[in-house]
This record gives sequence, structure tokens and C-alpha cells, in this order.
Amino acid sequence: MSTPRRLASGGSESPPVSAAGSVPGVAPVATRGARPAGRRAAGSRSPDLGWLRLLSLVAAVGLWQVASNTGILPASKLASPASIAHTAYYLVVTDSPTYGTLQASLLASCERWVIGLALGVAVGVLLAVITGLSRVGEAIADPILQALRGIPLLGLIPLFIVWFGIGQLPKVLFVMLSALFPMYVNTFAGIRGVDSKLGELGQVLGLRRAEMIRHIVLPGALPAALTGLQLSVVFSMIALVVGEQINATSGLGFMITQAEQFLDNSVIMVALIVYAILAVLANGAVRLLERKALAWRRDFGQ
Amino acid sequence: MRGLSRAFGGGSVLDGLDLDIGSGEFVALIGRSGSGKSTLLRALAGLDREATGDLSAPGPVSVAFQEPRLVPWKRVLANVALGLRVADPLAAARTALDEVGLTERASAWPGTLSGGEAQRASLARALVREPRLLLLDEPFSALDALTRITMHRLVLRLWKAHRPAVLLVTHDVDEALALADRVLVLGEGRIAHSSPVTAPRPRDRDHPDLAALRLRLLTELGVPAGETDEL
Repeated sequence: MSTPRRLASGGSESPPVSAAGSVPGVAPVATRGARPAGRRAAGSRSPDLGWLRLLSLVAAVGLWQVASNTGILPASKLASPASIAHTAYYLVVTDSPTYGTLQASLLASCERWVIGLALGVAVGVLLAVITGLSRVGEAIADPILQALRGIPLLGLIPLFIVWFGIGQLPKVLFVMLSALFPMYVNTFAGIRGVDSKLGELGQVLGLRRAEMIRHIVLPGALPAALTGLQLSVVFSMIALVVGEQINATSGLGFMITQAEQFLDNSVIMVALIVYAILAVLANGAVRLLERKALAWRRDFGQ
Repeated sequence: MRGLSRAFGGGSVLDGLDLDIGSGEFVALIGRSGSGKSTLLRALAGLDREATGDLSAPGPVSVAFQEPRLVPWKRVLANVALGLRVADPLAAARTALDEVGLTERASAWPGTLSGGEAQRASLARALVREPRLLLLDEPFSALDALTRITMHRLVLRLWKAHRPAVLLVTHDVDEALALADRVLVLGEGRIAHSSPVTAPRPRDRDHPDLAALRLRLLTELGVPAGETDEL
């Protein structure tokens, strides 16, 4: 509720859409934790306040528009909601030489993101399973991974460009690595964190190793793995945004760098809003997955 | 079981312990805290790799723990059928759940079960594999007194139907007297005392033999006889 107030008091960079979801760079863990608690505390009042939430958003955007119209927010600094909407429409229907179409940029960005995220998650899980299930595996791989994890990925960009050029590969790789580490760390912790009493249970039931892994270890690690997945989504999005602005020739990031040159901040806003929508959708998908996969948890408010 | 020994740190908790349980016999094991009751049971269950000794059992061994230890992400039916190597594990599981009175809870998540229900599911899981030896590690100590009474009746009914040998580890002397054919007292790393329970089944709490045996057992446990031995 505080975000709309910030906008009303004098304009900030974050678009109002971020009030509803997560902006790249803001870890979703905080909002995730707050939502269930707030819902439980509000009890039956919660549905009644839904209209208020919507109203608050609409009012914030309205205030923004008024501020732009009256010149409090100059168009050179921040475009009005109306002009952003207009620009978005224009970008969709016009294949301009400067920007291409919005759809094309979106597609290019999504392609990078999805491939990088999928690879990062897959490799992260694989590594976590190898190191989590075997002490030897852990001793071999974990120190290396922990050391690599400490390197700030953003600082690697120049190195990546030297190694891989300025094409698609460094960007996808960058996204992949950003997704890999949270997935690995969390899944590993999940595997190791499975209750040892259940391990004993498996023993007395005579479960074979494969059965133990399938019935006890992996499902037990799933909650932590899904938390890792949420973080992977966030971090990979950050990597996408940053990576796309460096020597890009397509995608939303390319749109942004182009718009910078022409001082067209409404185009920048459109790109940011699209990023935000992507992040919200991805987050929503992960939460849906969580709800289905973790239906057995008592505390998930079934 | 012959010559079971298990040492922790400096001292040995179990020291060359010998134990025989007859087929279909219901044996209760009592002992002071820290006497090694759970250690013994865990060793018998094969959970203790450091224990040395020879155990021979004529068939499958099942365990029910103090906590139900149901796998939280499997429904009750799947829990009972877990690891069961028969032609139709789900059907066998359903039969077992019927026996313990949990038919309607077969598709419930373990997180939604009460303590008693969960422990019943645990028993169903232990019995579904038709064990020849059933190890019970204080399975009722976490339950309230009323549920415990129901569970005692259930255990006896199941035991009469299937006749496994049972080793019940408990800290509750009265529970031992109510259920067992024979009561063992664990002390100083060995079976310090063994008494058959002569009172006929169904057990009457006020049977004179039981009172005398209770006194005897409490003495063996080192609990001084009080003025009023109330229950």
C-alpha cells in the first residue's frame, strides 16, 4: 500500500504495475511471506478490500496522469500513462526501423530468458542431486560451486563478451548462470534437510535406494527447490535486463538502449512494464506450481 | 537375539544382552530413562549400525515408532502401501486400514490426521507386511490417556488376529501389565528381570496378581514403594 503513496508524493521511476507484483531486483520472498499472513489476519475482511486495492492503483495512475498534464512531472523526465499507452500501441502496430515491433522485441527477450532459465534450473537441480545424494559428489563439486557462486555475476559481463562475443550466447549464458546458483543451493539444502526420521522409516520399510530417492528424498526437497525456483526466476530476469542492454541488436533491452539515444523515455517505460509483466507472470506460475505440488502442507491455507 | 552390545562414547549401554521371544508372544520391555530401551529396539530394527550381536527372526520385522512418521506428501493409503512388495499393495493397504478403523481416512493427507489416527495408520503400515516380529517403540506415549485406552484395545485385537511376536518398549508399567504375556526389565545393559504375567486375558486392572507384579516391577526399576500406590 505504500508504493502508490510514494508515486503520489512526487514521482518515482517504478511504474504502478509493480505494486501488484514483483519488479526485477526485488526478491519476491518478502511479499510472499506477507501475503498469507495478511490474508489470515484480515480473515473475512479480505474480499471486501479487493476493490480498495484496485481503486488505489487506479488512483495512483490517475494522479500520475494529472501530474504529467499539469507539468509537475515534465514529459522529458517521465512520460504520462497516456503517452506510455500510446507508445505501446504504436510499437505493436508499427514496425519502425528504430525499434522494430514490440512483439518482436518481446519474443527475442523471452527466447533468451526461457532458454537461459530452463538450462540454469535443469543444471542446478542436476548438480544438487549429485552433490546432495553423495558425500563424495559433494566433496568434489560443492567447493567449486560455492567459490563460483561468490563471484558477482554482473562483473563477469566484460569477460563473457571477450570469451563469447556479442551475440546470443553470452546473454543466454548469463541468464543461465544467474538461475543456476539459487536453484543449486536451495535444492541441495532441501535434499540434505529431509527429516532423518523419514530416512529411518525408509530403512525399516526396506526401501531400495532408488525408492528412497523417489519417495522420500526428492519430494522432501521439493519445497526448498520451489523456493530456489522463485529466486532463479528473479535473478535470471535481472540478468536478462542487464545482459540485453549490452551490445544487443534485438529484444526489450535493445529497445531501451535505442530509446536512450533518442531520449524517448516512454519507450523505456513500455519496455520496463513489459519486463515487469513477465516477472509477475513467471512468479505467478511458480506459485501455482507450489500450490499444486505442496497441497499436502497444512499451512498452505487449503 | 544373542550377545547384543552397543557402546556410546565411553560406556556401553547394552552389554552382551540375550533375548528370546517366543512366536506369537507379547513381550513388554520396561526400564528407567536412559536404560537403553530404545537403543535395544533400534538395534533389533536394524537401525543401529554400531551395535554388535546376532539377531535371528523367522520372518519380516515391522516397526512402529513413537511418532507416527507418516510421509507427509503421500496420502494415508499410499503411506501404508509404501515399500510393500506384493501383487496388489493398495488393496492390502486398504484391508489394513479397515482393520485399524481408518477406512474413511484413506485418501487424507497425514497432516490432517489427529495423533491417534496417525498412530493407527502407523500400525496399519507395520501390520500390512504381515510381520513375524512387531517392534513397538513407546508408540502410545505421545497420546492422551483416553486415546491410549482405545489404542491398547486395538493392539490386542490386531495381535490376536495376526499373532506376531511383539516387543513393546514402554515406560508405563501399567501398559506393560495390561498388554503383555511377559515383562522384561532392562537394567545395567542387560535383561535384569523377567516375569510372566499370570493374570488371564482380558486383563482386569484389579487382579491381585497384577498388583503384586506391579510392586515387584517397580522395585526392580528402583522406584521405592510408596504409601499409596495409586493409579
